[in-house]
Amino acid sequence: MYIYDEIDQKIVDQRVEQFRGQTQRFLAGKLSEDEFRALRLRNGLYVQRYAPMLRVAVPYGLLSSKQMRMFAHIARKYDRDYGHFSTRQNIQYNWPKLEEVPDILADLATVQMHAIQTSGNCVRNITTDHFAGVARDEIVDSFVWCEIIRQWSTFHPEFNWLPRKFKIAVNGATSDRAATEVHDIGLHAVRADDGAVGFRVVIGGGLGRAPMVGHTIREFLPWQHLLTYLEAALRIYNRHGRRDNIHKARIKFVVKEHGVQRFREEVEAEWLQLKDGPNTLIQAEVDRIERRFTRPAYAKLPGRDAALDALLAADTAFRHWHMRNVHPHKVPGYAAVTLSLKQTGVPPGDATSAQLDAVADLADRYSFGELRVSHEQNLILADVALTDLHALWGEAKKLGMATPNIGLLTNIICCPGGDFCSLANAKSIPVAQSIQERFDNLDYLHDIGEIDLNISGCMNACGHHHVGHIGILGVDKGGEEWYQIEIGGNQGEVRPGMRASLGKVIGPSFARAEVPDVIERLIECYLENRDSEAERFIDVAHRIGTEPFKDHVYGKADPQSPRRRRQLAAS
Amino acid sequence: MAKLIRNRRVVADNWLLLELGAGGALPPVPAEGDVIVPLTVWLARRDALAVRLGQTGVWLDSNEGAETVAADLRRLPLIAVRFAAFTDGRGYSTARLLRERYGYSGEIRAIGDVGRDHLLNMQRCGIDAFALREGEDAEGALQAFEELPASYQASVVEPQPLFRRRVAG
Repeated sequence: MYIYDEIDQKIVDQRVEQFRGQTQRFLAGKLSEDEFRALRLRNGLYVQRYAPMLRVAVPYGLLSSKQMRMFAHIARKYDRDYGHFSTRQNIQYNWPKLEEVPDILADLATVQMHAIQTSGNCVRNITTDHFAGVARDEIVDSFVWCEIIRQWSTFHPEFNWLPRKFKIAVNGATSDRAATEVHDIGLHAVRADDGAVGFRVVIGGGLGRAPMVGHTIREFLPWQHLLTYLEAALRIYNRHGRRDNIHKARIKFVVKEHGVQRFREEVEAEWLQLKDGPNTLIQAEVDRIERRFTRPAYAKLPGRDAALDALLAADTAFRHWHMRNVHPHKVPGYAAVTLSLKQTGVPPGDATSAQLDAVADLADRYSFGELRVSHEQNLILADVALTDLHALWGEAKKLGMATPNIGLLTNIICCPGGDFCSLANAKSIPVAQSIQERFDNLDYLHDIGEIDLNISGCMNACGHHHVGHIGILGVDKGGEEWYQIEIGGNQGEVRPGMRASLGKVIGPSFARAEVPDVIERLIECYLENRDSEAERFIDVAHRIGTEPFKDHVYGKADPQSPRRRRQLAAS
Repeated sequence: MAKLIRNRRVVADNWLLLELGAGGALPPVPAEGDVIVPLTVWLARRDALAVRLGQTGVWLDSNEGAETVAADLRRLPLIAVRFAAFTDGRGYSTARLLRERYGYSGEIRAIGDVGRDHLLNMQRCGIDAFALREGEDAEGALQAFEELPASYQASVVEPQPLFRRRVAG
């Protein structure tokens, strides 16, 4: 955890008072609806279909048990006893009262939390790998760099009214678990031959209605120049981004319209003016930020635990959970554990106040009092001793957070959709649930293997449907809810060598009730075509293309399909 | 006289803001008095304007950057930056570039959709005068400068970012 110093605390406290004043002026009729809208949005407050929605920042997805208990407190006191973890690694409350929001923010500030820039046309929450600091393939601890960028971007005077929202993701490992190629700016830590740390800078990715994969505009940016380079890129965007059309206002359109080469030259030219100026980072600051992060006091443990091995051999259910929800750790004797928020029957990413409190307790007892939120909308205990895994599994099961589905079909990323969101064209949560219900057989799920299924209730793509191996998009047709299916999307280089890609629509959309059947057909087609269990759905989709899937779904299937041929040969 | 905030005080405004006429026609410039002319007028007549009685400033629209007047800064006692809408943040970059890149030390005045809740960031970007939009309470708006006194970034009013101030302190 990054621990605030006095100034960090003061900045958050000041903002609570500023926002309280803005809210009071609005309620007193001294601030127009339009103006207050823009002001409240940059403090995470939307007015939604039924009530306001408050999005609270979880900077880069890292939080303490104390902060998690505060989330539970807020859910109980100001909301309907639950919160929703979003794909931005934040938490959202769907039922707060507008006039109580300043009090919620004041409560949050007591545990070093806030809702600053969780919406609005400004730099949003910086996101990163949920295994930062513990991953075996770590290059740098991305949390440190995220915090440096968080401070730089918090109330940046020049970039507070950008053409559109701006999302920065940082990846500090070899694998990209932060989907950095589909962000406005993605930063990839690189270590030069001499050990010097720098970043590869990717610009112009993004989802939404015109999804694009970003472009590398600089292969190696020495860390000292991180902020001046960001400042240059943001300035080019602030000056040249389109303001006449909200649908063409993201930085990706500037990159597209100017062309990558020209855009790069513009940023580099601006950067030359700022380079080596006061915003040039210094080692003392990096060290200071690093020291303000608490670090787990790991015990010296053996890399294997015989008792654990025996339990794994004896208990299939535990083994399944271990296989899917337990992840390797860079410190011997420890593992990272995902607590799944994807239990069938519960909206993906939702957690009750009782669960939030209970998870905070688990974090205290098993993981040095810290937690992470993943962009896949699960919670993570990053530092669990191997000797504790079985006990933790037992407790997580009681909480309904041990569904062994991480990386599997039912670990669905899903936006709040038409049940809550006023932008949505269609509901998304019931679709997720109907798919989870259809694929409730664990053996079958494990046989299908790794697959990302993402659902968005509209083309704003909060559910990241473009980068799901299977993506589902809710669309409105003459007032009715329909669902378009894409396949072949990939969130990024989770496995080295496979860059981010965007899904392709397989054909006309479906009614909600048809969706589970369609998913089943896609899975059938995959199983028929895979060359081995090691070949994942996405690998097959990239190898054979969308046509065979399309044919299988829309009924033009070749009777001589591989499976059919095998059946014929067997008979 | 319209009310203006200059250097955190409410003062009377003696400057006349000239707009382009219909179809972009250049307006007549009065021979006397202090005027702020549109950039097009300035670029077309700057030598004539320099010898009139009274001061001449220029105003930049949201899409007109600092570089358009960079060569004329010593002749300009005032540059106004227009915010077409408060959500249009280009003027922040314009002001900052005028101060930091081109070293402009005259008055930079925010005009257009300028309200209390935007003064602070404008000031941090080097704007020192604010022609508030209709209906704003100028005296009340002065409180805005007291909000958020601590900040992380380097800015025109605080040329060192917090991390360098920390080291120095």
